Amino acid sequence: MELTKEEIQKVAENARLHLTDEEVEKYTKTTNEMINHVQKLLELNTDDVEPTTHGNTVKDVLRNDIPKRWEDRDQIFKNAPDHEDNQFKVPALID
Amino acid sequence: MKFETVIGLEVHVELKTQSKIFSSSPNAFGDGPNENVNPKDLGYPGTLPVLNEEAVNYGMKAALALNCEISPYTVFDRKHYYYPDNPAAYQISQDEFPIARNGWIEIEIDGEKKKIGIERIHLEEDAGKLIHTDDGSLVDYNRQGTPLIEIVSRPDIRSPEEAYLYLTKLKSIIQYTGVSDVKMEEGSLRCDANISLRPVGQEEFGTKIELKNLNSFNFVREALEYEEKRQAKILSEGGSLEPETRRYDEKAKKTFLMRVKNVEEDYRFLPDPDIVPLTISEEWVERIRQEIPELPDARRKRYVEELGLPEYDAGVLTSTIEMAEFFEETVKHGADPKQASNWIMGEMSAYMNKHQKELPELAITPEGLAKMIGLIKNGTISSKIAKKVFAHLVENGGDPEEYVKREGLVQISDEGELRNIVNQVLDENEKSVQDYKDGKKKALGFLVGQVMKATKGQANPQMVNKLLQEEIEKR
Repeated sequence: MELTKEEIQKVAENARLHLTDEEVEKYTKTTNEMINHVQKLLELNTDDVEPTTHGNTVKDVLRNDIPKRWEDRDQIFKNAPDHEDNQFKVPALID
Repeated sequence: MKFETVIGLEVHVELKTQSKIFSSSPNAFGDGPNENVNPKDLGYPGTLPVLNEEAVNYGMKAALALNCEISPYTVFDRKHYYYPDNPAAYQISQDEFPIARNGWIEIEIDGEKKKIGIERIHLEEDAGKLIHTDDGSLVDYNRQGTPLIEIVSRPDIRSPEEAYLYLTKLKSIIQYTGVSDVKMEEGSLRCDANISLRPVGQEEFGTKIELKNLNSFNFVREALEYEEKRQAKILSEGGSLEPETRRYDEKAKKTFLMRVKNVEEDYRFLPDPDIVPLTISEEWVERIRQEIPELPDARRKRYVEELGLPEYDAGVLTSTIEMAEFFEETVKHGADPKQASNWIMGEMSAYMNKHQKELPELAITPEGLAKMIGLIKNGTISSKIAKKVFAHLVENGGDPEEYVKREGLVQISDEGELRNIVNQVLDENEKSVQDYKDGKKKALGFLVGQVMKATKGQANPQMVNKLLQEEIEKR
């Protein structure tokens, strides 16, 4: 399996990374090296292995429906670049 | 060329649990901005989501009421997108292992019953709310993390009217289960529609257009009707459609292009490693199934078959569970079902519409209404006076019998007393008496009115009629 430059570009866009042409070149090469390395796993026979979604066997963790207000509410705006009237303020974005 | 319309609906329903689906923040509508927000809701690193058991219960209850199969194994996934309503840059949703599949809703169109399939129902978290201002957007994350179910129909809907009926039925069923307020005006029920046209007889689906900003069931129907015509015109003229998202403008009654979907959005779904898989046992499913009340269709059938109500009455009375239960309680307290239905559909509904009130806000009780109907039946009050009694009960509640006695509203059925009043009225209205004798039957109505006036509406109308005729004959 080989990733193309276009695919690397798309991954970068999905991650909101702006790559130069040289960087695209570089990451295409190094990413493919990594993929080839991991490809070794495909040599394993997994015919009798159930597909899995999680790496451990823990399941069914549930919480009771008890509401609790967070005590330090004033802190929520401390990391926000901007806020107004108890709301976070972001650049204008119309979908 | 003749076209067939194909419609699929995606409905989001907010579940009214006490707390959010993955955090302990209160789940409440209408609180001050960002009052119900904690670090998990804001997507801070190091916080962990833990699934709310009640959200699962509610989702299952809705799914079972919609005839779905509950999955014994279900997984939560991250759906990635960048938008300020979603601080983690992913929404926790369900992709390959949704909580329920394969349901249906039965609608009735042109007298025919039709089943509309439900492909799947999955649990997910709602996003925050943005208010756009001139110099930026303001974000309130109170809604972030509100439990949602998304109900995805199969493309079985063939007309805007069917879409409307499907939504109405879906809302009613979920309202019965009590897991959501299902109020479109508060956003606890939201709907997107997909519509495409294909030449009649063609197997393959046409190009799908997604419609957004549908703020009432009527608007859903209107937008689909508009879109149906728009697409048919383009296709008939030999044109072609591109997959796009369009928004409905309620004022213009038209749909407008929002964006062309040339590239399929890449959500990069992956199982959320923070939330472990959930298994659902048959016992759990059965326990939830037991909690589902008798649903609208079953009740409607029972009202017609066992209580002898007309189909129309049964349909109106079962439109909400509050109305259905009020009706049933009234009947249990001894009221004649048709009489109870008339009062609930008539005076009571008119009152609720006029004052924009919901049934639980009214002071009248089923017992009170049943008693009042009893008072009409045994002749204690006239049906005219009953309206006055009802107006009092609906605002103040209490015992109608006591009220009738206190206010002296008991119907006058004493023949001697009525005959005296009738003669008084006849003495004072000789002209009308003459008119009646000359064949003007209308004059009798006037005379009845005069007797009612003299008795403040308390005279027994049947007796007044009879006595008037008798006394006129003697003159």
